Amino acid sequence: MFSLLRSMAITFLHLFSKRETIQYPEERVPLHPRWRGRIVLTRDPDMGERCVGCYLCAAACPVDCISLQATEDEQGRRYPEFFRINFSRCIFCGYCEEACPTYAIQLLPDFEMAEYNRQNLVYEKEDLLIDSQGKYPGYNYYKVAGVDSGIKPKGGGTNENPPVDIHQILP
Amino acid sequence: MAQIHIDKESYDVKNGKNLLETCLSLGYQLPYFCWHPALNSVGACRQCAIKVFKDEKDTRGRIVMACVEPVSDGLHLSVADPEASAFRSQNIEWLMTNHPHDCAVCDEGGSCHLQDMTVMTGHAYRRFQYPKRTHHNQYLGPLVHHEMNRCIQCYRCVRFYKDYAGGKDLDVFAAHDHVYFGRAKEGILESEFSGNLAEVCPTGVFTDKTLHTHYTRKWDLTMAPSVCQHCSLGCNIIAGERYGSLRSITNRYHEAVNGYFLCDRGRYGYEFVNHPSRIQHPNVRGRQVSGKELYTTLQDLLTSKNWIGVGSPRASLEANFALRKLVGDQNFYQGVSKVEADLLQRILHMTHSGQIHQPSLQEIEQADLVLILGEDPTHSAPRMALSIRQAVRNIPLQQTASTHIPAWHDVAQREYIQDTKGPLYIAYPVASKLDELASYTLHDHPDVLAAFGFDLAQAIGDDPLGDQNEPTLLRNIAEALLKAERPLIVTGTSLISHNILEAAWAIAMALKHQNKNASLSFILPSCNSAGLAYMEAEPLEVLMKSAKQNGISGAIVLENDLYRHYDALELDQFFESLEDIIVLDHLEQPTTAQATVTLPAATFAETSGTLVNNEGRVQSFYQVYMPKNEDIRPSWQWLTELYQIKIGLTPDLLYPSTPLLEELAASLPQFAGIGAHAPTFGLNGQKIPREPHRYSGRTAMLAHIAVSEPRPDQDELSPFSFTMEGSRGFPPPPLTPYYWSPGWNSNQALNKYQIEVGGALAGRHAEVNLFAMASTIPYPTKKGGVNQSQSVIQNATTHTFELLPITHIFGSEELSGYGDAISKLAPAPYFAINKQEASRLSLQPGVDIHLRIGKQTYPLTVQIGQELPAGCAAIPYNIPPLTGITWPAQGTLIPTTP
Repeated sequence: MFSLLRSMAITFLHLFSKRETIQYPEERVPLHPRWRGRIVLTRDPDMGERCVGCYLCAAACPVDCISLQATEDEQGRRYPEFFRINFSRCIFCGYCEEACPTYAIQLLPDFEMAEYNRQNLVYEKEDLLIDSQGKYPGYNYYKVAGVDSGIKPKGGGTNENPPVDIHQILP
Repeated sequence: MAQIHIDKESYDVKNGKNLLETCLSLGYQLPYFCWHPALNSVGACRQCAIKVFKDEKDTRGRIVMACVEPVSDGLHLSVADPEASAFRSQNIEWLMTNHPHDCAVCDEGGSCHLQDMTVMTGHAYRRFQYPKRTHHNQYLGPLVHHEMNRCIQCYRCVRFYKDYAGGKDLDVFAAHDHVYFGRAKEGILESEFSGNLAEVCPTGVFTDKTLHTHYTRKWDLTMAPSVCQHCSLGCNIIAGERYGSLRSITNRYHEAVNGYFLCDRGRYGYEFVNHPSRIQHPNVRGRQVSGKELYTTLQDLLTSKNWIGVGSPRASLEANFALRKLVGDQNFYQGVSKVEADLLQRILHMTHSGQIHQPSLQEIEQADLVLILGEDPTHSAPRMALSIRQAVRNIPLQQTASTHIPAWHDVAQREYIQDTKGPLYIAYPVASKLDELASYTLHDHPDVLAAFGFDLAQAIGDDPLGDQNEPTLLRNIAEALLKAERPLIVTGTSLISHNILEAAWAIAMALKHQNKNASLSFILPSCNSAGLAYMEAEPLEVLMKSAKQNGISGAIVLENDLYRHYDALELDQFFESLEDIIVLDHLEQPTTAQATVTLPAATFAETSGTLVNNEGRVQSFYQVYMPKNEDIRPSWQWLTELYQIKIGLTPDLLYPSTPLLEELAASLPQFAGIGAHAPTFGLNGQKIPREPHRYSGRTAMLAHIAVSEPRPDQDELSPFSFTMEGSRGFPPPPLTPYYWSPGWNSNQALNKYQIEVGGALAGRHAEVNLFAMASTIPYPTKKGGVNQSQSVIQNATTHTFELLPITHIFGSEELSGYGDAISKLAPAPYFAINKQEASRLSLQPGVDIHLRIGKQTYPLTVQIGQELPAGCAAIPYNIPPLTGITWPAQGTLIPTTP
């Protein structure tokens, strides 16, 4: 009898403690900037596509839900011809972001991706690409890479000497 | 045998090796760059540092480069020594100071030796803060991509290209950290082996340009062991697919066949598989038909007519046999010209007699004298030319034995022998690339070449020499042949001359009578020429004009463009005399245009099959992927179904084919034992996966079609699975789909698959050689001279020339010629005559002329071939539009109206 009353008392006391639930969707949960949610493809400071189609995100993905095909424009800049993430398989582990050498693929603090139709969870490049640099502003992979892809000439990148003149014999 | 001690462990190892290959063979992880099992040591990269001790008490030791240090008995060394590991790590750090931040956009990434070695040494973060040196790139043609910034100066490219493959146009320029590997001027690489640069280069300086257009990482490819379809040598390849298209061909090591290298036709010829003019759907009289309707149409056709089958030298044994079974033995014909079939028949008699050994490419590499009679291996069997280039070094290399230069010390050997070469004799109508190595070359009419061969045979046989122009020369060559320990004669069908074959045979037999251990190698026209010829069918030509009289009303043509083998007008008449023609092939071509029914046939990448190469070796290629289009099916499957329909089964009762190879061996005794050439089961009771364990995109690649993943393709017929599932391990060599080993992502993981580095693959299955199962029906040696063909034109006032077919690496072979890259390199149709003839006819090089051959006229461009004999003109063999010429042929110049 006593234990019954004690349990009821404890339960009633909870009426006055701080609420853990929030009134979603009117009220929003505060998410940290590094929260691993919606996956996007970002752009570099010049608004060029950051993704160079290196396939590392696809290889890192433990559920193999990323598939892409690299291609090249006339100037030799690599970009994905298509880029597909099957979010019905994605486990939001963030390995793709870790593997990305160009900061292209990023996980953003947004989880509102639910769909009634599972097919709608298959995102193509048009659905993934955003007009922003995301969490890592200022980085442009093609400025530090050695290839000439129309972004900078050979030897014109960060920390590069001008191309060697192989005909000169000076040391 | 010597005993060495590595990190206090004792091993019994072979003498005469260097420490690097010994350590690698023993399984030590020792990084290296400049050393290559086929190119040996040069000591350029300083990467394979180890510590060698004076004796077991010595604790200080000294750092040496393992690749230039010989094995010696009682040697104490350490791989794991902290100083040696630090040296290796720092060395890589230095090599990487200028290496660009390119891995993400570099085609080598994922199969990069530099990546593997960097990880192996533990170097991870760049400490060097100063600017990187950069280079301009060069355009090197449609096959090889150049990105010079990535170079680590290991010198492998020039050592392969110049020293090993005899190329002239790739070199090293400038000095110190400016060294530049490229051409003096931008341009297309001249060597036929330039594609190997992509595999030889430890990083991404040279990469496969065709792969670049549809780039896929190695880990994403679905791969299967395959066999090259573009010449008769049967080089082993690995074919890789992604998203339903074939992406790349890489070398698959076979110690007796292609070793580490492929030719460019083999590496880049795959592009026809992805060609836009692939036949996609069954087509009946211009209408796309499928399902039940197709079967009922075919049943009506098959039961109402008398059919013949036309086999193909580029189709597998299974497909040819399925056709033979469908139409019956008597109605099965070879789809090659009569003269080609006769030549092959003769070659098979020769090989079948068991009198002369057919060498493998590896044995060709060991020959100490090479005589090439009527062939240009560089163009007709390119990989063999690379072997011959190694063979001419054997005699000079024997002299290094007395100098204590070890066999693996490449740079010292090359210094020592300089330009000296072993004996190589070449008899071919036009100059060839191997001429530069030859001790004697003869450029003349094929009959003259054959006469030279017969005279040589006579000289060897000690017969009194007749009235010869150059008796001393003949005598010299004969003596050289008799002196050689492993003389090799190379001949073949390129010149379409019986006399050449007989002459080569006569020389080989003369040597045999002198108890010499001679070998004779034949170069055949196509990848399965030997297999088709072994089926002993008549060529179609014998029936072509009398098809109607014989009551034939339909022909089934298997994977063959008959317009490449037969005269177009005769073929048109033949087709007109028939009511129905069924053609099974990969691509739209002139023969499919004549067909009433076309059935889309799977290519070598989409089905499995078995081929017989020029030395009688039976090898299987395996299906790489299931074509997305279900209408594209293997020829043997179509034909087996046609057979079942013909015997009255309804479409829903069709059953899968029984193993065709077993049936073939049972019904044709010459193929007995053929199925034993490769295991038909997987590994550890499981399938062998075609996909590496890092294969990506499994759950996304088809998600745009339907988010529910379909069941993966099942493979009931082969030991492979189409997925990543199965037994990971070391499959036996004929079933190795790719090379990978922990820490070794590049193709150099191959080291782990060999018994000892550079040697045979572990677990090699017993191979089957049809020629070795020889009967003892001797093939007679033709005595005396040559039946000089009546057609040799002596009259110097005529406009008619005897034509000589000149085979070209790019263009002469049908399927590779459809590829984008290869077609860019194929020569434009030319008409080559010597200078005197040109000035007689006042023709300038580069002028367009019209040449009439038979009833056809061809527009050609004049070229000067100075070594051509008078009255003869050279034209490229089987390069469109010069196809279907009946050889031997004559051509008449038609005066062009201005």
